[in-house]
Amino acid sequence: MEHKGMNLTLKVWRQQNANDKGKFVTYNVKDVSPDMSFLEMFDVLNEQLINTGDEPIAFDHDCREGICGMCSMYINGRAHGPMKGTTTCQLHMRSFKDGDTITVEPWRAKAFPVIKDLVVDRTSFDKIIASGGFVSVNTGNAQDANALPIPKDDADASFEAAACIGCGACVASCKNSSAMLFVSAKVSQFALLPQGQAERTDRVLNMVKTMDEAGFGNCTNTGSCEVECPKEISLANIARMNREYLMATLKK
Amino acid sequence: MSSKLNAKIPAGELEQKWTKYRSEVALVNPANKRSLEIIVVGSGLAGASAAATLAELGYKVKVFCFQDSPRRAHSIAAQGGINAAKNYQNDGDSVWRLFYDTIKGGDYRAREANVHRLAEVSTSIIDQCVAQGVPFAREYGGLLSNRSFGGTQVQRTFYAAGQTGQQLLLGAYSALERQVGLGNAQMYSRHEMMDVVMIDGKAKGIIARNMVTGELERHSGHAVLLCTGGYGNVFFLSTNAMGSNVTAAWKAHKRGAYFGNPCFTQIHPTCIPVSGDHQSKLTLMSESLRNDGRIWVPKKQGDTRKPNEIPEEERDYFLERRYPAFGNLVPRDVASRAAKERCDAGYGVGASKMAVYLDYASAIERYGKQQASKLGESNPTHERIIQLGKDVVKEKYGNLFDMYEKITDENPYEMPMRIYPAVHYTMGGLWVDYELMTTIPGLYALGEANFSDHGANRLGASALMQGLADGYFVIPYTIGSYLSSQIRDKAADINSPEFMAAEKETAELINKLMNIKGTKSVDHFHKRLGKIMWDKCGMARSKEGLQWAIDEIRKLQKEFWSDVRIPGTASGLNPELEKACRVADFLELGELMCLDALNREESCGGHFREEHQTEEGEAMRHDDTYMYVAAWEYKSTNNYELHKEELKYERIKPSQRNYK
Repeated sequence: MEHKGMNLTLKVWRQQNANDKGKFVTYNVKDVSPDMSFLEMFDVLNEQLINTGDEPIAFDHDCREGICGMCSMYINGRAHGPMKGTTTCQLHMRSFKDGDTITVEPWRAKAFPVIKDLVVDRTSFDKIIASGGFVSVNTGNAQDANALPIPKDDADASFEAAACIGCGACVASCKNSSAMLFVSAKVSQFALLPQGQAERTDRVLNMVKTMDEAGFGNCTNTGSCEVECPKEISLANIARMNREYLMATLKK
Repeated sequence: MSSKLNAKIPAGELEQKWTKYRSEVALVNPANKRSLEIIVVGSGLAGASAAATLAELGYKVKVFCFQDSPRRAHSIAAQGGINAAKNYQNDGDSVWRLFYDTIKGGDYRAREANVHRLAEVSTSIIDQCVAQGVPFAREYGGLLSNRSFGGTQVQRTFYAAGQTGQQLLLGAYSALERQVGLGNAQMYSRHEMMDVVMIDGKAKGIIARNMVTGELERHSGHAVLLCTGGYGNVFFLSTNAMGSNVTAAWKAHKRGAYFGNPCFTQIHPTCIPVSGDHQSKLTLMSESLRNDGRIWVPKKQGDTRKPNEIPEEERDYFLERRYPAFGNLVPRDVASRAAKERCDAGYGVGASKMAVYLDYASAIERYGKQQASKLGESNPTHERIIQLGKDVVKEKYGNLFDMYEKITDENPYEMPMRIYPAVHYTMGGLWVDYELMTTIPGLYALGEANFSDHGANRLGASALMQGLADGYFVIPYTIGSYLSSQIRDKAADINSPEFMAAEKETAELINKLMNIKGTKSVDHFHKRLGKIMWDKCGMARSKEGLQWAIDEIRKLQKEFWSDVRIPGTASGLNPELEKACRVADFLELGELMCLDALNREESCGGHFREEHQTEEGEAMRHDDTYMYVAAWEYKSTNNYELHKEELKYERIKPSQRNYK
């Protein structure tokens, strides 16, 4: 497949560190193949910067298969760019056309401070999980796996919630920087399974408390998180978590 | 045999070794556990499961990972599944068969006792994961679903769509975060391990670089566990994550840990082919696709017709032709070589001609007919059958098909996928004994980072099994054997001369790299190394090619150290510096891999020496001379000494592998 290379203008957020004010810098990238991934286009740009003696742009990425959740660019005003259900690393340049200007920013949220350029600190997500996103079962405590039949529909629904990759696109997309989609996905995974029942009440209360303390905003049901989620996690999870939370507060 | 290598395999019958070992291994009492500190480097399946379990037991645990969160570790990308000898399908599986398949699949270059233990604990892994709330695929009756995988004839693979690694890792990550929340484990993300600190010949801690601030940190522990994955990125292009690296293992190697079978690399048959020079990594299509897909090339050389225009009788289903018993389900090494053979002979497809077809047309039709009869539709049209078939395939493999379409812009429901082999896994790794301890006392290697269980070739769905076996069910027992003798020792003083010296060495290394101020980027060198490795130490190797590669790599090492350019400074986040530190180590490892491949004058598993093949082009082992683990000791720059651990097969009689 031979395609003509594209010439693009990139406006990229550059910020030396957390204390720096930061600014947009404009770059030109030439001869971009439509078969490149967005991050491979950044590799080309960075190679160009290194060769001209500039500092390359720092950005998070690792698996480049759309599953680790590390890549996190805000492209033309959308988390992970224009393609639905797709992480930045799986976005290919065929989604753009010759002569385009592309604006690239980091996730912006109080709970995700910028470390450098496009790299942000998402450890607040780990803290939320540490406060309740688990089943308390020490290694060695388990019974035979098939001793607990689980209806296929429940298992499938739980799996769909568990598919969240923890990238933070939901937070970046939300005008309130709410983490409700992320937290509700984990709460739902366990609420739908028998294994999650023993800690059901405490889990939702603790995770929501930690979420609030980390500085994430409230949910006002705009639904942008669902639209931008690269794994298409459903807004229904938030509704479920609201019910879980209400039930839990009534019990406590 | 080298007197320096003691595998510490327990005495007794194979089936009783692990049970007996567990009953006799020294225990550490709960009060003492509280004062023993364990450093875990890497947070994938092996690292997270070990860290969580050791913290549950009461040890004080510190976990390090280079990513921003432990949940990112590359175990997350494993797709197909995890094996366990549950025999839920009643199809004749057993611990013995899983053990046997793994030894045979590894081409008789793995240690019997370790592999048997792996097969034994496999069943507990599934129990543990289900208890954690891992949402495995289930049947309508609510029980767990299984599928088959390459190299086996039973259905023993548990899975969660095409995201099994993700779900298992999130289970282990949740268990780890629970311990973090309880204060039993401490997490150090965005930290890279730069060196092991040795005191009186034992591992007593590590030097880590805080990648955000650039500061070097000294951390002490009574034991250090390297759970840092494999080194496939030595080839530049591989299915590994961009950050996957050998640095922790390599630094340990240079401090005295022997490196086992470095040349044993797995080239996975079903990956998406390279699309151009910009390629930064390769993407695997799960091996589970071989269950239903058929692999073929045109019978005519250089055929330029579209795949759908090539009639059935002009297609060569070369795996089914060469290996009728296993067909498309032969082990990975066999499938990869067969694809390479066809492409080299001029039958390859696609623009680059370096690809073969993986075709779902007949599976779609078969499933469509099944589905129609299930729905009671007596005379469905062809279109109806295809539609129903596509729906079934979508449910089974939908996410993989979507991924393929995103990357290639081709619809795999309509036309066959193009695939080609790519570097995927490294069976080699740090040499460990039965207790998973390296040749450095107090230093352990778990998961892909060690060499122990897969011999010369790993079977599908066995990497997840081994990572979790090592972390959940092996190390928590075996570590007691060493730590019970350390209870009188306080944690090492991080201000001791040994710690200060190790930190200084790392600082000097970084300083040296930053001051080269050369003209070429780190990637420039990495790509050149990768090309040498892929061409000469990839799917086919020869004496001449390997000798050439060793010379070239040594030249490249010199060029790297005089001409690499790293912009920015060493303080603060600097991804180019991180890459430079890793590539410096890959350049040394690449040389050792070639030396090992040169030494092994036989073909076995993923290691194929052109000089050693049967008339039919199959791998030819030489059990009389090479039935050993090659454990390399680092002596000085470019100087390694070979030690041999003879492999004794007490129960299995090695034979030529036959999948015909």
